[in-house]
Amino acid sequence: MNAAPIITIRGLHRKFGDIEAVHDLNLEVARGEIFGLVGPDGAGKTTTLRITCGLMHATAGEVRVAGHDVRAEVGAVKDRIGYMAQKFGLYGDLTVGENLRFYADLFGIDKQQRDTLTPQLLEMTRMSPFVDRHAAKLSGGMKQKLALMCTLLHRPEVLFLDEPTNGVDPVSRRDFWAILYQLVHEGMTVFVTTAYLDEAERCDRVGLLHKGRLILLDSPARLKNSLPLACFEVRGDDLRSYREALRRAANVEDVELAGSSIHAFAPQGTEEAAIQAIVPGARVRRILPSLEDVFIATVRREENRAA
Amino acid sequence: MNPARVKEIVRKEFHQSFREPRLRAMMIVPPILQFLVFGFVVNLDVERSRLAWLDQDNTPASRELRAAFEGSTYFEVTHTPATQKALEDLLDRDAIHSGIVVPPQFGEDLARGRATSIQILVEGSNSNTASIIANYVRDVVRTFSAGQLNEWVRQKRAGRPGVIRLNAPGIDLQQRVWYNPELRSRNYFIPGVAVNIITLVTLMLTAMAIVREKEIGTMEQLMVTPIRPSELMLGKTLPFALVGLLDFSLIVALGMIVFRIPFQGSGLLLLLGAILFLFSTLGVGMFISTVSHTQQQAIMATFFFFQPAFMLSGFAFPIRNMPEIVQWITYLNPLRYFITICRGVLLKGSGLNVLWPEYLALAVFGIAIMSFSASRFRKRLD
Repeated sequence: MNAAPIITIRGLHRKFGDIEAVHDLNLEVARGEIFGLVGPDGAGKTTTLRITCGLMHATAGEVRVAGHDVRAEVGAVKDRIGYMAQKFGLYGDLTVGENLRFYADLFGIDKQQRDTLTPQLLEMTRMSPFVDRHAAKLSGGMKQKLALMCTLLHRPEVLFLDEPTNGVDPVSRRDFWAILYQLVHEGMTVFVTTAYLDEAERCDRVGLLHKGRLILLDSPARLKNSLPLACFEVRGDDLRSYREALRRAANVEDVELAGSSIHAFAPQGTEEAAIQAIVPGARVRRILPSLEDVFIATVRREENRAA
Repeated sequence: MNPARVKEIVRKEFHQSFREPRLRAMMIVPPILQFLVFGFVVNLDVERSRLAWLDQDNTPASRELRAAFEGSTYFEVTHTPATQKALEDLLDRDAIHSGIVVPPQFGEDLARGRATSIQILVEGSNSNTASIIANYVRDVVRTFSAGQLNEWVRQKRAGRPGVIRLNAPGIDLQQRVWYNPELRSRNYFIPGVAVNIITLVTLMLTAMAIVREKEIGTMEQLMVTPIRPSELMLGKTLPFALVGLLDFSLIVALGMIVFRIPFQGSGLLLLLGAILFLFSTLGVGMFISTVSHTQQQAIMATFFFFQPAFMLSGFAFPIRNMPEIVQWITYLNPLRYFITICRGVLLKGSGLNVLWPEYLALAVFGIAIMSFSASRFRKRLD
């Protein structure tokens, strides 16, 4: 991160009436980075994204994108960014080709450039066979790809994606991320919000937003090691009674169900044997926490502190 | 303002709206059909109204009176009840518009030169029709009694030498109706019908087209493109302005062909009025789209505007009959001005020298509502 950051957010506040959607947000995103903004619904992800794209004004604070202030030079910013809204608006009664052409013309792309770029994009997204199909008749994954193409037509420097793979099947999601990696490889910066933590793992850096505050910010690998708690996986036949026992235990800070096992969090340095002693019948194993564990534990601690 | 971007929006609207034959038909066929149906309906003229004849006299004189009624195009004797009660029953059942009772001794009184009377019963629930019928009855009876008077005088003087002259002093009223000499109520109503149809079509199309973009999420997407609010607005309204003008031209042509509405004035002047008027309806439609989030809300809001605008337009109920405070409200109603313009240009052949206040009012209203909606539109993009 030696080059100047492409996105700089300083002291960002946004209020909706009395509700503070974003509180004192500070963030920098480097050129060529995939940055993921993660958080539960209502944490302020979409608001932050909209302000950064110049769609909404901040109550206070400064946002610069690609060297321009989003408030003062919104036109310059819009020329350099692509934005894909949560519910991307495609014209269902226009074909794939017509949707592309419409957005290309709105961005003022000349005909020659459009005619070389469109086949490239269709190729990259493997959408060439569907160019004459009405957008309404595409599958969820294909709609997503078309939306992405529409935002890429003017070759933006930064791509903003608001929960791009919501409601898209896992295979299409993987395809979608493969395209994003390719774009980043070509030099684009990607700023994505998501509620899926497996997607967050794919980012270079993630920020966790909780009630409008950025409470974590680092690479996924470092975040997993940053938790000041040890994580133990507890498996066995009687999960319910294990959970009760663990909750009552004084040296266990938090207990979470994780599918067919339980994750118990205890202060660093706690031995497996100490946990085993609480639940004698179970299989106990110390594990590296997942991003999900880190986020849930952090959110929980944040809530306890507030209470 | 970049014309290329406006053109692209217009092209997209046309693609979306006119590609499907069904949608394309929707913009032309219903307004035309409505106009044809409403055009036949809006008619308060009394022609061949159903009359019941109760003759208690049954003399040559009474039969002569009946023939006078049957000879008039306004009446058709459809029932001959035997009793007063039967006549009232016909009125109750709405079988007739009016009934006439000729009392006994009618013929005898006339023969002796005595004043006599007949009774008319009129169904008065529609006061307008009732007074027209009563007038026609009076006309027929007046003509009949004048004839009787002449006949009586002639018989009295029979045998005397000299020319028979009846010099009764009186005022002879020479009536001449301008602009609508046959007093066809349809001529008065049809311009109003045309204006109302165009209003609803253009209002609805504009409001829906913009709200639809919000609903499907394309509006948020358009905001990050370099398009300006004014370009988007122009691009979204221009296609519907053209649809509105096309509908209006078709309707005026049909009015002339099917309903024999006169076109006395200048076609260009009417077109200018229509364009100014579309500024208003498209502006209001756009305003509705800024306060609505869904198409249902847009429909609701459209009717909140349309119903009062329709009632207070002077379409059927003359504005000068309205309470004064309501009359003031009608000055804010663009329909009022355009209906006046349509009636003036079509029926009277009026020109700008007479109608300029209406044109000016339409222009002011249209520009005001357009700018207001545009400023709101801009705010919503922030």
